[in-house]
Amino acid sequence: MKQSKSLKRTVERVIQTIFLLLGLATVGSVLLITVYIIISGIPAIREIGLVDFLFGKKWASTATPPSYGILPFILTSVYGTGGAILLGVPVGFLTAVYLSKVAPKRVKEIVSEAVSLLAGIPSVVYGLVGMLVLVPAIRSVFGVPDGASLLAAIIVLSVMILPSIVKVSITALDAVPEEYEQASLALGATKTETWFRVSVPAAKSGIAAAIVLGVGRAIGEAMAVMMVSGNVPNMPELFQSVRFLTTAVASEMSYSSGLQRQALFSIALVLYLFILLINAVFNMLLKGGKKQ
Amino acid sequence: MSRKTPTLSKRRKAYGIVMQTLMLGATWFTVALVVFLVLYVMIGGLPHITWEFLSTAPSYLTERIGILPDILNTVYIVLATLIFVLPLGVGAAIYLTEYATNRKVVVLIEYAAETLSGIPSIIYGLVGMLFFCQFLNMRTSLMAGALTLVIMNLPTIMRTTQESLKAVPQSYREGAFGLGAGKWRVIRTVVLPGCIDGIITGSILSVGRILGESAALLFTAGFAHAVNGLFKGLSSAGATLTVALYVYAKEQGEFDVAFGIAAILMLLTLIINLSATVVGKYFQRRKNS
Repeated sequence: MKQSKSLKRTVERVIQTIFLLLGLATVGSVLLITVYIIISGIPAIREIGLVDFLFGKKWASTATPPSYGILPFILTSVYGTGGAILLGVPVGFLTAVYLSKVAPKRVKEIVSEAVSLLAGIPSVVYGLVGMLVLVPAIRSVFGVPDGASLLAAIIVLSVMILPSIVKVSITALDAVPEEYEQASLALGATKTETWFRVSVPAAKSGIAAAIVLGVGRAIGEAMAVMMVSGNVPNMPELFQSVRFLTTAVASEMSYSSGLQRQALFSIALVLYLFILLINAVFNMLLKGGKKQ
Repeated sequence: MSRKTPTLSKRRKAYGIVMQTLMLGATWFTVALVVFLVLYVMIGGLPHITWEFLSTAPSYLTERIGILPDILNTVYIVLATLIFVLPLGVGAAIYLTEYATNRKVVVLIEYAAETLSGIPSIIYGLVGMLFFCQFLNMRTSLMAGALTLVIMNLPTIMRTTQESLKAVPQSYREGAFGLGAGKWRVIRTVVLPGCIDGIITGSILSVGRILGESAALLFTAGFAHAVNGLFKGLSSAGATLTVALYVYAKEQGEFDVAFGIAAILMLLTLIINLSATVVGKYFQRRKNS
């Protein structure tokens, strides 16, 4: 009897350890990714020089002598993301206010479902539609020789970040205490004034988090952007073919070797640092909002 | 609208009208966008989907392109990913809600999960290539792709399971403990059955994410189109539907094939989203009753 009790205790302890290990798998994965990205990203930056790498304006990895400047990629990613935010945020924000405050329950359900669908569509499908619809449209509307451009990427990205912005904003707007709105109405504000001057400011950290989440999605997107942006390492211009940080990694990986390959890992490191920064801001905003 | 008294100034009235129009416009625009995307892909793609398209492999002899290998690869990768990610994710969630006593460990694990869900898939692809394909010497294979996706989907499964565990009443656990059950027994008999809904919801979400993933698979699973059995398939390289779409559209200019695949993916996305909603509602109703 005594023996079985101590056996039972051992079994319990073993099982608890197993669960602890399963729990630590996420931590292990983050460490694995971080360590790999840093270790593989450092050598090329050392060899090329941090300043030449980050601020070099020319990327010609297969030329002799090769040139590894990633400023075009960094700026393209920043402009592309900025453009997508500029187009996507107003639409997403207004949709969120409508769904959270105005729409009848049934409408809210159906439109939310549609927005979820938008989030579920694979990025290559966005890329395909972009290639077949957007690229030719830009070519004919603006009379440029090639429609595969920064503008096409911005438009695709702005659609792809819509669901993140709508969903997170709705969550924030739904959480605004009803008393705030009732007080505002009682003071004589109209409904619209209440929504935009009381509810929205009350939900501002959640809405800011939504925008930051959109930034993260846009800067990390690779395949859709690869299909519509032309993938040429130019400095960013609206109607030029451009290459993003993500697509720079993806497009040369299959045939690269030596320093060129290492430089691609360094680009991934730069992208990873961007993402970590964005995640930190996102978490700060969400937690800050909860504390209020 | 009786609240709108005649004293309302013109400016305030105009503000109301402008903002309401903008909101309605934005919402209609969003809905129109979804409808356009679905219809465009369906109308363009469905005519290319024939039995032959679905049931054959690409052949250079007949110059026909079939997507059977890509469908099989997708199924294999979904199965392999779920088999590994479910125990990991559910186990992690159980640890967090049932075992963890150290607040710091909980914060660490949750922070790690949040970080994982923010990392872009191209980074997963790169690390998957370096770690699974090269370091563990698995080469470019479906298995290496699946393991990469395991890390990617870990936070999803963990979160949905955690949510459903929170809904298991504390009194059930106390009841079981009171009857003399050990911790592990309580978990097996009370906790695990209680989080089935979270596991199912998480699985549906993960399947959707795996189906749509491409950047993480490009360099881990590769782009071969051979028809293989499950185990042979997992150890060899292969394109999933999304990767095949990318290769056909971008590198081979086979837009008909790409369109056909896009329509299939769109259908699957519709089905997955719908089932996630239906399942979610079902569990919600059961919880409330």
